[in-house]
Amino acid sequence: MRELTVKDAINEGLRQCMEADSNVVLFGEDIAGGQGRDDHPGAMDAWGGPFGVTQGLCTQFGRERVRDTTIAEAGFFGAAVGAAMVGMRPVCELMYADFAGVCFDQMMNQAAKMRYMFGGKQRVPMVMRTVVGAGFRAAAEHSQTLYSLFAHIPGLKVVAPYSASDAKGLMIAAVQDDDPVVFLEHKRLYMETDTVDEAMTPLPLGKGIVRRSGDDVTIVAVQRMNLFALQAAEALAEQGVEAEIIDPRTYSPLDEEMILGSVEKTGRLVVVDESYPRCSLAADIAALAAERAFGSLKAPIARVTAPHTPVPFSPPMEDYFIPSVDRITRRVRETIDY
Amino acid sequence: MASDAPVDWMYRTLFRIRLFEDRVQELARTHAVPGYLHTYLGSEAIAVGVMAALRQDDWITSTYRSHGHAIAKNVSLHSIAAEIHGRTTGTCKGRGGSMHISDFDKGMLGALGIVAAGPPLALGAALQERRTGSDRIAASFFGDGAPHNGVFHEAAGLAKQWDAPVLLVCENNGYAEATATDWHLNTDTVADMMSAYAIPAQTVDGMDMFSVYEAAKPVVDRMRAGGGPELIEFVSYRFSGQYEGDKQAYQPPEEIAEAKKRDPVLLARERAAQMGLTSDALATLEAEIQQEVDDAFAAAERDPWPEPEDALDEVYVDYPEGQIRYA
Repeated sequence: MRELTVKDAINEGLRQCMEADSNVVLFGEDIAGGQGRDDHPGAMDAWGGPFGVTQGLCTQFGRERVRDTTIAEAGFFGAAVGAAMVGMRPVCELMYADFAGVCFDQMMNQAAKMRYMFGGKQRVPMVMRTVVGAGFRAAAEHSQTLYSLFAHIPGLKVVAPYSASDAKGLMIAAVQDDDPVVFLEHKRLYMETDTVDEAMTPLPLGKGIVRRSGDDVTIVAVQRMNLFALQAAEALAEQGVEAEIIDPRTYSPLDEEMILGSVEKTGRLVVVDESYPRCSLAADIAALAAERAFGSLKAPIARVTAPHTPVPFSPPMEDYFIPSVDRITRRVRETIDY
Repeated sequence: MASDAPVDWMYRTLFRIRLFEDRVQELARTHAVPGYLHTYLGSEAIAVGVMAALRQDDWITSTYRSHGHAIAKNVSLHSIAAEIHGRTTGTCKGRGGSMHISDFDKGMLGALGIVAAGPPLALGAALQERRTGSDRIAASFFGDGAPHNGVFHEAAGLAKQWDAPVLLVCENNGYAEATATDWHLNTDTVADMMSAYAIPAQTVDGMDMFSVYEAAKPVVDRMRAGGGPELIEFVSYRFSGQYEGDKQAYQPPEEIAEAKKRDPVLLARERAAQMGLTSDALATLEAEIQQEVDDAFAAAERDPWPEPEDALDEVYVDYPEGQIRYA
């Protein structure tokens, strides 16, 4: 086992999927880079996407399988849906989740509905990779998480990994899955490291992971918020509070049993989600516990989310926008002291 | 003329569409089926002629005006009628209805309710077939309103760059919903728009199924032999409204009357003798098709409705037990 960054773990997962199956084809804007200048040294794989996640794949697999597209998301997402139905396993990169508006019809009305609406014969085995998250000083149109926008749509599976090992295993599962999977990569996690299995081993979609065990309070943390929740748990431990941290990893399907089991054990729930609060994953998970674990609750469910504003640019404002370790610690403390 | 055309199949298919849609109009008038209905009356020759030029295993995308395409793709009348009636025996097990008549096993990638949704899907299918060494091509049917939508242009641009065997079939039936084509097009024809992509394009009579076939066949042959995308705009006329129940207040009666002088069925009858069909043979064929249509709807109307909880199928693969509770 070696340490890999999230970025390299995703790259390795994609590489192994492409080696295993020639029908795995990548589409995206500058996912290789340098198209049209292939005779220029250094042009090939000049980019690998804006964060370099797919860098090197074009050199290994060629432009036929790592397809740089024009800036036409509806066009190439739609093409991927059509190709997926006839045997391809396309992996499309949407440069930022914030751009979902320009190809959302292909995601929510075509990819998501083919299997259902046409009676079950059609399958759309495609992956829609995209980048989410604040903390890059990238302002309101390059920083959103939009988890619930995707998780709201029946027929889309939604994955948002925190660790490098999860990112690799879930990417492999996403590519191998016979339904469309939205794979959300957090830009502030790309350089985080973890020990990652060299084997090509998929992780099941719909299974969460307990990141830290504890008996006093359940913290359900969404993607990057695991990092902060783990730090908050250390601070809380010094106060004698043992938090259990659950990372659902996938949000559709959602590992409801793991969340409910933990809440039944601890009697307290704090959900930490970087998204806007209204109609969010935090709201959904809180509703789940309120509906099905009410009898176990010793305190009101608490949510730690961003405010209901667009993501601001200026560092003091953006830092205020993102849930912090301190906010999580305080909300947990309030729940304990209720 | 049209020496290699599958004449018998073309006449049968033309009558299948016309008589089927006549029945759909009747059902609409009596509110005998649920949901929105969009008939293909007036454009029958396009589906017949293009599908005669395509192979059964070529892919197509259809629109919410899907009955004619499905019939011409040899989807059974019974399964189409059953889908319109929302029965389990329908092409989509009752999940799609009239706007989404599509049978993957017959080469249909989908019948889509969103204008211009089809071209990129056909592009993707064409790309995959070409890159895996297959000679199957993909055709996308859309109306004259679709070329105003951005995704049409994205698909056209990528199709040219990838040199994919996509046949863009524009059914110019005179109206985009309730807006006249001669008003909404900035160019004289849809074909004119394609010069921006260096995609070969032509505008052809869409009322005579043999003209349609003659135009489509060489294009299909070029693509099958390795060619890239082309567009054919077929000019027809929408005899029905945008949907059944549309009062057609925007369609001048004299315009409809004029268009009906070139009704695709009328033109086909006029050409029957030339195609070696006697009027007796034609009458026999028409009676046979009427019986097929009657049988299809009679069977569909006897077919079972889905169980309410059938609504829960086919959303996910292996959705974990116990996670969905609705009752």
